[in-house]
Amino acid sequence: MSTDHIVGIDLGTTNSLVAYMQGDSPVVIPGEDGLNLVPSVVALDENNQVIVGNAARKYLIETPERAVYSVKRLMGRGLEDIQDELKLFPFQLASDLHEGEVLRIKIGDRTYTPPEISALVLRQLKRNAERFFGAPVTQAVITVPAYFNDAQRQATKDAGRIAGLNVLRLVNEPTAASLAYGLDKKQNGTIVVYDLGGGTFDISILKLHDGIFEVISTNGDTHLGGDDIDNLLIAIALDDIRGDLGMDLRRDMRHSGEAVARIRKAVIEAKIALSSQPSAKLDVDLPGGKKYQREISLAMFEQMIQPIIDRTVVPCKQALKDAGLKPEQIDEVVLVGGSTRIPKVRRLVQDLFGRRPHTDLNPDEVVALGAAVQANILGGASEITKEMLLLDVTPLSLGIEVAGGVTDKIILRNSTIPASATQYYTTQVDGQTNVAIHVLQGERELARDCRSLARFDLKGVPPMVAGMPRIEVKFLIDANGILRVSAREQRSGQEAEIDVQPSYGLTDEQVENMLLESFDYAEEDFRQRQVIEARREADTILTALAKGKKNQAWQELTNDERRNVEKLEKALVAVKDGDDYHAIRAAIDSLNQATMRLAELMMDTAVSTALKGKAMDEADTDLGEGPQAGHPVAKADFE
Amino acid sequence: MRAVHFCSSCGKVQPPVPVDYFTFFGFPRKLNLDTAALEKEFYVLSRRLHPDVFAQANTEERTWSVEQSSMLNDAYRTLKDPIKRTEYLLRLEGVELEEQSKQATEKARSTGELKKQVVPPDLLEEVFELNMHLEELSAQKKLGEDDPAMLEEIGKAKLSLEEKYDALLNELKTEWNHWDKSIDSGTETDRPKILDKMLDVLNRRNYVRNLVRDVNEAME
Repeated sequence: MSTDHIVGIDLGTTNSLVAYMQGDSPVVIPGEDGLNLVPSVVALDENNQVIVGNAARKYLIETPERAVYSVKRLMGRGLEDIQDELKLFPFQLASDLHEGEVLRIKIGDRTYTPPEISALVLRQLKRNAERFFGAPVTQAVITVPAYFNDAQRQATKDAGRIAGLNVLRLVNEPTAASLAYGLDKKQNGTIVVYDLGGGTFDISILKLHDGIFEVISTNGDTHLGGDDIDNLLIAIALDDIRGDLGMDLRRDMRHSGEAVARIRKAVIEAKIALSSQPSAKLDVDLPGGKKYQREISLAMFEQMIQPIIDRTVVPCKQALKDAGLKPEQIDEVVLVGGSTRIPKVRRLVQDLFGRRPHTDLNPDEVVALGAAVQANILGGASEITKEMLLLDVTPLSLGIEVAGGVTDKIILRNSTIPASATQYYTTQVDGQTNVAIHVLQGERELARDCRSLARFDLKGVPPMVAGMPRIEVKFLIDANGILRVSAREQRSGQEAEIDVQPSYGLTDEQVENMLLESFDYAEEDFRQRQVIEARREADTILTALAKGKKNQAWQELTNDERRNVEKLEKALVAVKDGDDYHAIRAAIDSLNQATMRLAELMMDTAVSTALKGKAMDEADTDLGEGPQAGHPVAKADFE
Repeated sequence: MRAVHFCSSCGKVQPPVPVDYFTFFGFPRKLNLDTAALEKEFYVLSRRLHPDVFAQANTEERTWSVEQSSMLNDAYRTLKDPIKRTEYLLRLEGVELEEQSKQATEKARSTGELKKQVVPPDLLEEVFELNMHLEELSAQKKLGEDDPAMLEEIGKAKLSLEEKYDALLNELKTEWNHWDKSIDSGTETDRPKILDKMLDVLNRRNYVRNLVRDVNEAME
């Protein structure tokens, strides 16, 4: 079986990445813009074309109502769960939304569910990988916060399916990070992974044992991260603006969306600057020609964020307690997530665990790299990962509602997965053929304080005297941390039918209808897309060549060289509007080859012009438009 | 001999057969258990049964792998913990400890009555005194008063309970030795008595644990 192109994907709150195993080491696959990080931003342009990633970021400022970010916070959640989120994030919900329904977010005049928006990000990553490999990519490992519940995991898996990916495994982010970290350190010991990202916080404690990565305990907060720091700084700025300038931007969020988006951008830049500088300046243009200016010192910043980062302490202590370990028994501490760049966070971790944390891996990339390692393990063909095995745990206890609205826990948190539990049920009235079961996830005593996962209706129980049937229900948490249920009536041996109503999920049918690219057409789509991309590349090189011909370097070529270039130019023009990808590709490559010397000469000219005192940026322009330049336009979306 | 997890000729994973956790690991049904050997065996079997190893296999093998490895994990979790291991053995031997207490709890919940717990006789006096102190403490708390002498009394009582809690584990381990001996010798006549004794120790231990928890809550 082909295992060449199983990719590892970090679907982050702020940024997403795709990586794969290149030989013995995992590497991130850059996008067409050459950048590794794909911002998890989705926008619709004026023609309702979907734009994803860096290219979508400008819409956050220009047309905030046509762009959405941090949608991971909404995955697997219902209307009643997200009231706090709505106060802080400019999510626009569909107006006809009901409680208990899957959320739908407005972007422009369209609405999308959170899994669909995530699927658009995933599709972008898939395309980046396909472009990189020159072949279709259909299988992936996707990471999720360790503390994600069943509904959030299911929503992530749905997003993968909608994007046309077969999700081989959901891996917990901190665990993935430990894989990337442990790959070249063949050591045994106990490590802690502290993962503070854009929107989620996880802490995991693992035992490394001859290539087995055994998670001992995990804890976290799926709504705690850099976003919260940004929102705090925005709130302070809005208060300042109201106090100093008498402008209440909060009162009319709809019309001040652009101003708030600018403030958001400015505070994020200031936050990042404060990781390496003693102070940062905010300078934001406001409506009506006014300006908001303020300087934030590092001391002030650290004082402001203290309450936020302190929220990571309790989960850390709980994880240690659950693992039965003391801080001095920890051998290594690894930092993951962009927010761990904040020096104050590093000091907090150091104080908590009494040792200096490792920072040698890029905290933005380590999760994706680990996902690539896991993808390689699942591929099963590689020597380097042959001895590696991940044993993860379920972060939350699984329970059943019993009489009196109480949660009866049947699989405890931090149980190694796959894990199972068997419960027996019977009927309460004669001839009863249905039994209802309410499945919960969480640590609280009362059912109403736990997360409702699903209601199961056992149907087709043979009619018997009350109390006679003995229905065996098996709950199994698979290696993805997702619940599966099966049931059997033991006296008749009849399989009971289970009707599942996920509390906040999409049904299989809904997912089918959302598929962005049907599996059957994936191959065909891919070929078409390749052709379109090649055509655009051909246009780019032809335009550059036309410009090059006006350059004096053109005259410096020999007659033969010029004739050869023109011959190949004609050849490319001839094939570029056809549908033969390989022909276009070959023509591009030959022309590229033939114009190599022209490009070099142009570069020399540009450099010597620069030396003669011509402005450097003009020389840059000359350099940039040579035939060797990359793609000048961000990748568009084909609907 | 441990249970058959793999085909003897091709080495492929097999559907799980319903066996008890001791048999799953190929251990005798004894309570003194070499946890280092258990861990080693757990890792060996994990490497062969985990779904990651079957990601490229057919649906049938993938299903068996999930079932087998969930059983492996459940078995390991149960056997590595001394209390869970004892409770599991009791259930295997037909002593329904948990269901009885669960039934009692559910009954208490539905009728709204307080669940009556039998105080172990040797603790009667201590518990009586402690409960009085705890009641006084909560009364004082309501009035915002503070009595360091009484807090010290409660603290001492708590310490004594914790010592008792540890002693009960040792008492349990003595019964383990009796049980294991009866397995080795094959004499079944003593077994019901040993099982009863273990159940009694476990119940007392649970009682003490709940008491310590109550004290901790009251002192917070």
